[in-house]
Amino acid sequence: MKTLSTLHGAVLASLLSSTALAAELTVPSGGSIQDVVNQAAPGDTILVEPGIYHQSVYVDKPRITLRGLRDGDNWALLDGEMKLNDGIIASGHSIVIDGFRVTGYKGNGIMTQGANNFEISNNYVEGAFYGIFPQFGRNGLVIGNTVTGAEDAGIYVGMSDNVDVIDNVAFGNVMGIEFENTRNALMAGNHVYDNAAGITLTLVPGLPVKDAYSQVIRDNRIIGNNHVNFAPASSIAAGVPSGTGILVVGPDNITIENNEIADNDNVGVFVADLITFGMDSDPKLDPYSDGVRVMGNTWRGNGENMNGMLAEMLAATGKTGIEVLAMGKGRDSCVLPGDGIDTLGTRRWQDCLGDNSVAGFATARLEGGAEEPEYTLEQKGRLTYLAVCTGCHAYDSVLHGPSMQSIQAIYDGDPSGMVGYITDPVRKREGFPEMPPQTYLGEETLDAIASYILEDLGK
Amino acid sequence: MRAWLLFLILAAPAMAEEITLSDTCPPSFQMLVDGTCELVTLYQFYDSPPQHGGLRARLDPPARRYTPQQIDLGRYLFFDPILSDGGDLSCASCHDPAQGFSDGKKRGIGAVELDRSTPTLWNVGFAQSLMWDGRTETLEAQALLPLLNPDEMAATVEGVETALNAAPGYVALFQIAFGAAPNIANTVIALAAFQSSLISLNSRYDRYAHGDATALNPQEIRGMNAFRGFVARCSQCHIPPLFTDFELAVVGAPADERGFADPGAGALSDDPARLGAFKTPTLRNITRTAPYFHAGQFDTLKGVVDFYNNTAGHAAPKGQDLRIHWHVHMTNGPKLSTATVADIIAFLAALEDENLMPERPAVLPSEPRP
Ligand code: HEC
Ligand code: HEC
Ligand code: HEC
Repeated sequence: MKTLSTLHGAVLASLLSSTALAAELTVPSGGSIQDVVNQAAPGDTILVEPGIYHQSVYVDKPRITLRGLRDGDNWALLDGEMKLNDGIIASGHSIVIDGFRVTGYKGNGIMTQGANNFEISNNYVEGAFYGIFPQFGRNGLVIGNTVTGAEDAGIYVGMSDNVDVIDNVAFGNVMGIEFENTRNALMAGNHVYDNAAGITLTLVPGLPVKDAYSQVIRDNRIIGNNHVNFAPASSIAAGVPSGTGILVVGPDNITIENNEIADNDNVGVFVADLITFGMDSDPKLDPYSDGVRVMGNTWRGNGENMNGMLAEMLAATGKTGIEVLAMGKGRDSCVLPGDGIDTLGTRRWQDCLGDNSVAGFATARLEGGAEEPEYTLEQKGRLTYLAVCTGCHAYDSVLHGPSMQSIQAIYDGDPSGMVGYITDPVRKREGFPEMPPQTYLGEETLDAIASYILEDLGK
Repeated sequence: MRAWLLFLILAAPAMAEEITLSDTCPPSFQMLVDGTCELVTLYQFYDSPPQHGGLRARLDPPARRYTPQQIDLGRYLFFDPILSDGGDLSCASCHDPAQGFSDGKKRGIGAVELDRSTPTLWNVGFAQSLMWDGRTETLEAQALLPLLNPDEMAATVEGVETALNAAPGYVALFQIAFGAAPNIANTVIALAAFQSSLISLNSRYDRYAHGDATALNPQEIRGMNAFRGFVARCSQCHIPPLFTDFELAVVGAPADERGFADPGAGALSDDPARLGAFKTPTLRNITRTAPYFHAGQFDTLKGVVDFYNNTAGHAAPKGQDLRIHWHVHMTNGPKLSTATVADIIAFLAALEDENLMPERPAVLPSEPRP
């Protein structure tokens, strides 16, 4: 593997185009990360030297590893100086974002949008709207990060599937870690303290993903989440009561096991439905939190200093020191009788059974990762022809470009000639628009299209 | 020989009026063994659960499929004023292909001026929620609304059926497409079939999404980054690739210039959260369909982006107690710079793609034959 520097952009570009091997590219201290991302090919690793980067970075290609190098306290520091919008946004599958310190962004620190198989690891993010926010991802890992100062959630997993959030630290955020409209997820080994609320598991209305289920919350330390809620008044987060260890609003099939839950002033675990929070405006959602199992946790000093909305709501009951508070009509929830905890509103709850335990649940990720649908070459050729080429070429008449019959005649027996043209089209005909180059479809697909047109189309 | 050629040429115009229905699927559709047409797009090569966003989100073809004949018959019907009571208004009168399937007006004009603007029909086959307030779910059900609305085409079921059965060309064409005489049910199916063929998924933006980094220029890329970023948050509701999530959202639109404040979905529900809620519209071919918003409140895209770049609720109608969506300028307005506003507008222009524009019929089946 070679280590290249941005200073030699031309050399680098030529090396990249001539090799299919994964390369290691280095961004020298303070250089442009985006420039190197633009030059990188799928599979490449980009090493960012320690230094200060007043930049935003966008990654729209698959299989890129973006790694901040660290020398003691000297990080690869992305600093938006409260002028830039977001730190890193990545849409490419199999993105790795590792080892950055991120501060001073008006929007999010690190975000993925629609990236499958993502990994966000060992970053330190402070003071963004959402610190780390994977959205629309299938299969991902958030591990070893520290997040603080987020006006919403420090780590926010939104509308995603098969995600593990492991061994992170979240403090001083409105919410430490949140799963929103997320299915099949694990939160384990995290230390979540001094947020307004520690962990929130939610089903938010008005989003395109309409359910949230199968989440395991185990072996976390959820301590002293009594920070004042500093979310902007217009946000949903503003309604989250400070002093809450874990808040569950809407999702189903949730296991909360073997956590240390301590010193959260209002309540340890608060299970409610969307109606309680006035969030039931979406008729396509089931507003109830069903199948919440709370078992085998360690409790200390929760609900001992009640205040705010929850104190008012519960004043009439005269109860404090509540470990598990339930409101609304969820079904099939349980606590383990042996745990001997103080509960309120759990009359409809049952006793958990030993075999409800998920102590050994190691990962919610997919074995082998999320895969792209597989297509044969024949399908790739035919389907891409239909999806792209037919917009301009009809079989037997002129559309925006010449007819495919006439093209078949020109390139009869010469598929590579056709690939040459569509990779780098030149002006040939008067009065026709220019044909856009189709290189982005990739060599394999271009070959498949050419053989489809010459061998199968119209036959 | 020469005489025979001459005969052919002379006969040609008359023969062209013999209307037949296409037996091939429209471009970008493949024919399945059941004889229906299925859309093919590059977004089918990706893997993600339904309703996901991001650049390479999977987009499945619409589940409702139609035959080539139904689609082509729908094309004739869409352009044919025979469907209106006065015989003067077709779907295309308001949804004009040359104007992005809209009309360039603040609000649609039928028998009278309507209260809402005419939305584009590009990609409407994907919609799970139709109309500005989301009050219908299928194109078939939707088509009855303008047809039977006294302020629009003002027809009756009986009137439509009588007119189509009496028209010179339609009975035979409905026989080909449906094996039945024209009736209201197969009429709306044909209209839905045609509208489902209006596909726009090959813009320069799409080429970028599929991997062509050169398809957008630097300003457009900056605009895209602002659009999907978490200060402006546009893509949280205008989710790619369709640039809508089909959800209702309260953005705090101003009353129109007549002073009318449309309650939107609030008129259909007691839920206070619905007051002033409108369905997020697609932004595909948005440069074609000014003026913007549900009553044409904004003449330009600059006007729209400036609206979003202001504090939440600044333009909301007086007296309406709106629950403005949390993604709308969460922290005192996004304060995007003038340059960023221009970048976003440039990006929106990269969503243009009208390659699959259908052909306007030269002759209609309702017109008398020579
Ligand atoms: C945006 C419209 C557009 C798209 C999409 C498009 N083409 Fe073209 N194509 C054209 C035009 C216009 C020409 C004629 C250019 C000229 O002659 O100057 C052309 C010409 C060609 C030619 C003729 C070359 C020659 O030597 O005369 C081939 C081959 C071709 N296209 C193949 C394809 C294939 C394969 C695809 C799909 C991968 C495709 N085109 C997609 C517009 C398009
Ligand atoms: C008088 C102008 C006018 C005519 C004629 C008209 N429309 Fe519309 N169309 C509108 C307006 C205005 C709306 C939005 C109405 C609303 O939201 O309340 C609309 C909405 C629609 C929608 C919903 C699009 C979306 O994305 O929600 C569809 C589909 C549609 N029209 C199809 C048709 C068809 C098919 C016809 C002919 C049968 C037709 N229209 C005739 C003005 C018109
Ligand atoms: C909370 C969801 C949401 C967000 C965030 C959002 N929009 Fe919208 N957008 C809507 C809705 C709903 C409408 C229709 C409003 C109306 O007509 O009253 C709309 C309308 C529009 C229109 C007019 C479309 C037409 O056909 O008339 C444009 C353009 C637009 N938005 C662009 C943007 C841009 C640019 C941003 C980011 C700065 C943005 N939107 C952010 C939901 C949203």
